Order: sequence, then C-alpha cells, then structure tokens
Amino acid sequence: MRRLLLPLAAILVLLGIWQLYAGVSGVSSLVLPSPVDVGRALVEDRGALWHNLKPTAAEILLGIVLGAAVGLLVAVALRLSALAREATYPLLVASQAIPIPILAPLLVVWLGFGLLPKLVVIALVTFFPVVVTTLSALAAVDPDLIKLMRTLDAGRWQTFVRVELPSALPGVFAGAKVAAVFSVIAALLGEQAAGSNSGLGYLLTVTVQNLEMSEAFASVCVLAGFAIVLFALLTLLERRALPWVHRSTSTGA
Amino acid sequence: MAPLPLIAFDGVSRTFAGRRGGEPVPALRDLSLRVAEGETVAVVGPSGCGKTTLLELICGLQRPDSGALRSAPAALMPQRDLLLPWLPAVDNAALALRVRGVARDAARREVAPWFERFGLSGFETARPHELSGGMRQRVSFLRTLLAGKPVLSLDEPFAALDAITRAEMQAWLARILAEATRTVVLVTHDVEEAVLLGDRVLVMSPRPGRIVADLTVQGDRPRHRNDAAVVELRARALEALGVAA
Repeated sequence: MRRLLLPLAAILVLLGIWQLYAGVSGVSSLVLPSPVDVGRALVEDRGALWHNLKPTAAEILLGIVLGAAVGLLVAVALRLSALAREATYPLLVASQAIPIPILAPLLVVWLGFGLLPKLVVIALVTFFPVVVTTLSALAAVDPDLIKLMRTLDAGRWQTFVRVELPSALPGVFAGAKVAAVFSVIAALLGEQAAGSNSGLGYLLTVTVQNLEMSEAFASVCVLAGFAIVLFALLTLLERRALPWVHRSTSTGA
Repeated sequence: MAPLPLIAFDGVSRTFAGRRGGEPVPALRDLSLRVAEGETVAVVGPSGCGKTTLLELICGLQRPDSGALRSAPAALMPQRDLLLPWLPAVDNAALALRVRGVARDAARREVAPWFERFGLSGFETARPHELSGGMRQRVSFLRTLLAGKPVLSLDEPFAALDAITRAEMQAWLARILAEATRTVVLVTHDVEEAVLLGDRVLVMSPRPGRIVADLTVQGDRPRHRNDAAVVELRARALEALGVAA
C-alpha cells in the first residue's frame, strides 16, 4: 500500500506546484499548459490516445524483446570469448554514442518505412544496458562455484548453463528495466523519423505542429504511464521468475 | 607388496605470486604425504597454512610448482555450502549426476533414498534458503558423495556452523564415514574435530605449510570427546601445533 501511496503523493505534490505556477506566473498555455488542461485533454482525446498507444506499445514490446534477446546473446558471446570482448566492447560503447535522431532517418532510408526501422531503433537503445548489466553479473559469479563445477567434471558449457547463466539472470532483469524506460523515447524518435501515420510519436508531432500543447502533453503522459507500467511488469516478472533473489535480499537485511 | 596409496605427495611446493608485485607467498613447502584407500585423514593446522591449497592440489584445481603429486579423482566439499539458490535441495544434491548427463527424473530417483539416510526426508523440494545450516551442509556433502569420486576432500565443512550444530554434524559424519568406506581428506582448524573423525591426524605448520606430525588415532568409532585416546591425541596434536604449554 505504502509503495503505491508514496509515489502517488509525490505526483500530486508535483502537479500542485505545476498548477500553481501555471496559474500565478501568467505563462501562456502554448508554452506550459496547466495540469488541469492536460487532464482535460487526456479525457477528451482518450479515443485518439488509446488508438495511438496500441501501435507504439506493440513496437516497444517487440523492440524490447528483440533488444534484450540480442543483448543477452551478445553478453554470452562476450563472456565466452575474451578475444571478442576485448575487440568489440569499445564498438558497443560507440554504438550508444550515435545520436538516434541522426541514425533513425538513415535506418528508414536503409530499411524502408515499415515496422523494421522502428524496431531496430528500439532494439539498438535497449540491447546495450542488457549487455552491460549481464556481463557484470556474469563476471560477479562466485569463483568458488566455478571451481566446484570443475571438480564435478563440468565442462565450459555445463558450468555456463548450470551456474553462470542462472547467476546472471538478475543482471539481465536489471538491464531490461533500464532498457524499458529508454525504449519509450526510442519508440518516439523512431516513429517521427519513419513518418508514421499512427502511434504516440505521430500524435505528438501533429499536436505540436498544431500548437495543441495540452494534447501534446497528454501524449507524453500516456507514454510515461506506459513506461511505469512496463517497469512494474518487469519487476513483477523478476520476482516470479527469480524468487531466490528477492528472498535472499529481503531476509539478509 | 602394499597397495598403492590413492594420494601421494612427494616434496610438493606451491607458491603464489604476491599481490601487486609484492613478495611471492609460499603456501606449501616440501610437503609429502600418503593416503591409503579407505582412510580418513584429518589435516589440522593454523589459519592460512595452505590447507585449502592442499585440497585444491588433490582435486586437480591447482598444479604444484615443484615436487611430484598423484591423486585418484577427488570431489571437493567447499567450506561454504555453495548450494545453487535456484535449485531445490534434491537437484542440488544431484548436480554431479546432471552434469554427467543423467536425466532429471532419473537423477532425482537416485538421490531420493539418500535424503532418507541423511535425515533430509520431506525437504526434497525445499530451496537452500529454507534449510538450516546443518541441513545445507548435509545436502552439500551428499552432492560431493554422489560425484562418485574415490576421494572426498572436505574443506572445513562445519566451520560456519554454531557449536551445537557442529557437534551434531561431527557425530553424523562419523557415522556416515563408518558406513560408507571412502577415502577422505578432511581439512579443519579444530583439533578435536580432527581427532574425532580421522583415522590419522596430520598436523601442518604455519605458512609455508609442511606436515610436522602424523598421528594415528587409536580406538573404535564412534569416538567421544572424553575418550582417553581422544584426549591424549588432542594433547599431542596441540603440542605439535605449538599451542599447549
């Protein structure tokens, strides 16, 4: 209950300050619409928002699954091969330094206007946190466990599958949670670059162009809400899938 | 001709590189020992005398820098239980079988009767965090036993337990070892534990470790801590360690 009420209270306080500022400062609603304006837009445009959330949500979910899968595979490959790790880690870091607004239009040119460039943008942004957290979780596996597996005649692969990979799963989830938040922004950029005619990125572009700022803020709110839901779902999934992690941290305190 | 010992060390030395270019650290120097089949040898020595290094050499996890060393295949029971937290107790015990390619159900069937013998009945599906410290060590020991190696290397198996549980576990292990004749090398810093469990007690010097005394334990099992032979041997072992005045 506390975990629900506290963030709710924080949001309400923030909205209160925002509302107060928008009312007192006399700033134009074209620059900063008040929370009440945004709330009204959320209600009035709920049809359009829902309609446009669906394709964006689908892109994000597909993109995260793709990005996390690629991230996991890359982390495993880099773990198993020191040569690959040393050779490509700087490249991986560099891949994250490329600004998406520059890369996204190029991807559209290369891959067309369909779903693919959007998925690639999301996957590109999401795979990296998964690689980094998974790799550090793999590196943190208890060396005594690996010795133990050697005395049980386990080969490289057996040790990896039975010990290293399960030990690293909390790292995979940590990366996926970070990625979930990034993926929302990536989806917007992808939609805008691809000139999509649906999705929250499209809605945001159109409303900003029409100077419908309350409506634009409403799209952002929906997107932020979706990111929170995604994060919460991953946390829930992690607790279900890795019960030992949650238990050992809660009893260890 | 006497049968070949299962473990033979001849003048084995092992030195570790110092940290950050410091002095190299000699762990074992010129260590020789023989362990015959079916013997339980307890190795006792002060902290940091290279006991763990000795076990890792036996298990083939390390190579000696000099000297000759031969050992039958050995399974290691580590100091910490090192059970896999995501596996139920039965699958932890069956880990060696699974690594060898035994299917999960077959492995569980093979492990099941051992749970009864080890007083673990009813805890087959419990995760390690749901087990007491003594139970975890029993599962860990079972995992070592089921590795099917002629030699068991036990690295201070009860050091992390409280005094009462440790005494129970020592009595339990004495009983198990009396039933299943295996060759066991037990490393401990607890002289009494060494005397209670070992057929022979090897006393190691402080680092670099060497064997400074090789004491044969008299008296039938199970031994008790107040048996005359146990008390006498404990005194001799402590003397060899340079503790008793």
